[in-house]
Amino acid sequence: MTLAQWMPFIVLVPMITSGLVALLPGRNLPWLMTFLAATASTGLSLWVLFGIDAEPLRYAFGNWPPPIGIEYRVDAANAWVAFIVSGIAMAALLWGRVSVHQEIPERQNIFYALFLLALAGLLGITLTGDAFNVFVFLEISSLSTYALIAFGHDRRGLLAAFRYLIMGTIGATFILIGIGFLYMMTGTLNMADLAERIPAVADTNAVRAGFAFIIVGLGLKLALLPLHLWLPNAYAFAPNVITVFLAGTATKVALYVMLRFIYTVFGGDYSFGAVPLATLLMILAIAGMVVGSWVAMFEPNLKRLLAYSSVAQVGYLVLGVSLVSLIGLTATFVHLFNHALMKAALFMALGTVMYRTGSARIEAFYGVGRQMPWTMTAFALAGLSLIGVPTTAGFISKWYLILAAMEAGLAWLVVLILITSFMAVYYIWRVIEAAWFKPAQTDAQGATKVFREAPLALLIPLWIMVALNFYFGLETSLSLGAAEQAAQALLGAFK
Amino acid sequence: MSDNKILRIVARFLIPLIMLFALYIQFHGEYSPGGGFQAGVVFAAAWILFVLIFGLDLGLEVIPERAMFVLMVFGVMLYCAVGLANVLMGGMFLDFSVLLESPQAAQQAGIITVELGIGITVATVVMLIFTMFARRKREQDALEDEA
Repeated sequence: MTLAQWMPFIVLVPMITSGLVALLPGRNLPWLMTFLAATASTGLSLWVLFGIDAEPLRYAFGNWPPPIGIEYRVDAANAWVAFIVSGIAMAALLWGRVSVHQEIPERQNIFYALFLLALAGLLGITLTGDAFNVFVFLEISSLSTYALIAFGHDRRGLLAAFRYLIMGTIGATFILIGIGFLYMMTGTLNMADLAERIPAVADTNAVRAGFAFIIVGLGLKLALLPLHLWLPNAYAFAPNVITVFLAGTATKVALYVMLRFIYTVFGGDYSFGAVPLATLLMILAIAGMVVGSWVAMFEPNLKRLLAYSSVAQVGYLVLGVSLVSLIGLTATFVHLFNHALMKAALFMALGTVMYRTGSARIEAFYGVGRQMPWTMTAFALAGLSLIGVPTTAGFISKWYLILAAMEAGLAWLVVLILITSFMAVYYIWRVIEAAWFKPAQTDAQGATKVFREAPLALLIPLWIMVALNFYFGLETSLSLGAAEQAAQALLGAFK
Repeated sequence: MSDNKILRIVARFLIPLIMLFALYIQFHGEYSPGGGFQAGVVFAAAWILFVLIFGLDLGLEVIPERAMFVLMVFGVMLYCAVGLANVLMGGMFLDFSVLLESPQAAQQAGIITVELGIGITVATVVMLIFTMFARRKREQDALEDEA
């Protein structure tokens, strides 16, 4: 079989395995199968990423030719996002086995089956070349994600999942209405076909409405600032392994779909010419960066703190898009990867502390730095990457974002990026201060609580992620090269 | 409700007909309106009617919850197995034409098998959802009786 014939198995492997996992008994077998499936997806997407050239890989399901049947169409942009999603899933699972034993003692087979469905859904959104298929996979991943968030032993997770369900459903409905408008005007659902037919009807209110619906719907999924309210609680009350997984994947995939619609389906000329999208995105992105960082500075729950930091990071991602240049888009694509790395590492570190202390509130971290030095050192190092200190992956993203802002002649943007980075210094420092400079917690009798260092099963994956943050800060040929190719693939689509 | 004679007799008369109708929709799905989704729901409706009249315990004796769960997965697996079989025989995923020599017969065979998988999954999922709600109602009633 050729590469193009193997490509759909990136989605099919987790999807088919999820059914089998649901039937497996016990606790270790479901995990093992899930991990193997995620590894297979990662391997395949890495193969696709390296094997891809100028022509996109195409796969027609059921051998029905594309405008009639559903087609997967993969270029450098999809392949890069698929690699990020499956890679983060693999890392989250590697770290999550022990943590899941503690948080979800029963019915782990259902949990892992849902995890695989969510993964298959996210990967499906990424690879498909069919607008309606995007919606179907979006629902698959969203529905399983709602259930996964509700799996947490914190009862507030139920409310968080319900709120996410309401917001997510509104978002998905908007996307569906938008796709409906496009289908009404063009009579096709295939993205490449849509791209050919939209210019003829571009100057109609129906297409404009469709565009607006799709962008707003995806903005909800992406947690772009005024639509971000579902995100902090969903991240904060989900099981830790799900937080690690979602923080690295869900919003990224939504951003990718937005880019795909902006550049491939509507074309950059229409999106940024006929509609003042760049201005709108820039305002929302800056608002997201500032507000997200500001709230994170005062948030007492550390999982929510990192979630608000994610809102700010989504701001950086969208800022790169709003600059409408090759280098801006490269910054976005490289930050997709780097942000996944740093947030996964940070949430893993938090989860590792929570494994011992059981709470994400900042008071629960008092003195932990001396009792769990390996975990908190990992947190501090991953925090450096989030801030964007040179030699870390975060620096590469910020550097490219600043280059893009300079190229656009917006010096004040550079200042703004630096200011929000200093805000990140402050909120990471709060955690460091609590962990090392506060007296350790005491129980009711006044005796100091002692927490042992976390087990190696949690520490080793955590340190691997931290090491990757530094590796990709120094050796950027993979991440930058792939990001640049992804940006070129998208920009090339509207020539 | 099992003490109401009219209900019991009408239900006994209707349930086989509903099931038969479900199978009719199921196996005419490939060339007339219908298919696995509709058939599955209609089939599950027959079981739900049975539960409404004769109670959940008897209904779960007909088909235990574990069996529903396994069948639910089995339906999906049947679908995927057909898809994978096509890949192994040298076609695309869900490319039924490679199954048999005549492409028309192959398409028909493929669609019927796939639709059967859908039908089984949809029917058991609807039954499972109903069981969960029904059981919850019973638990609540038990709590209220204690109080």
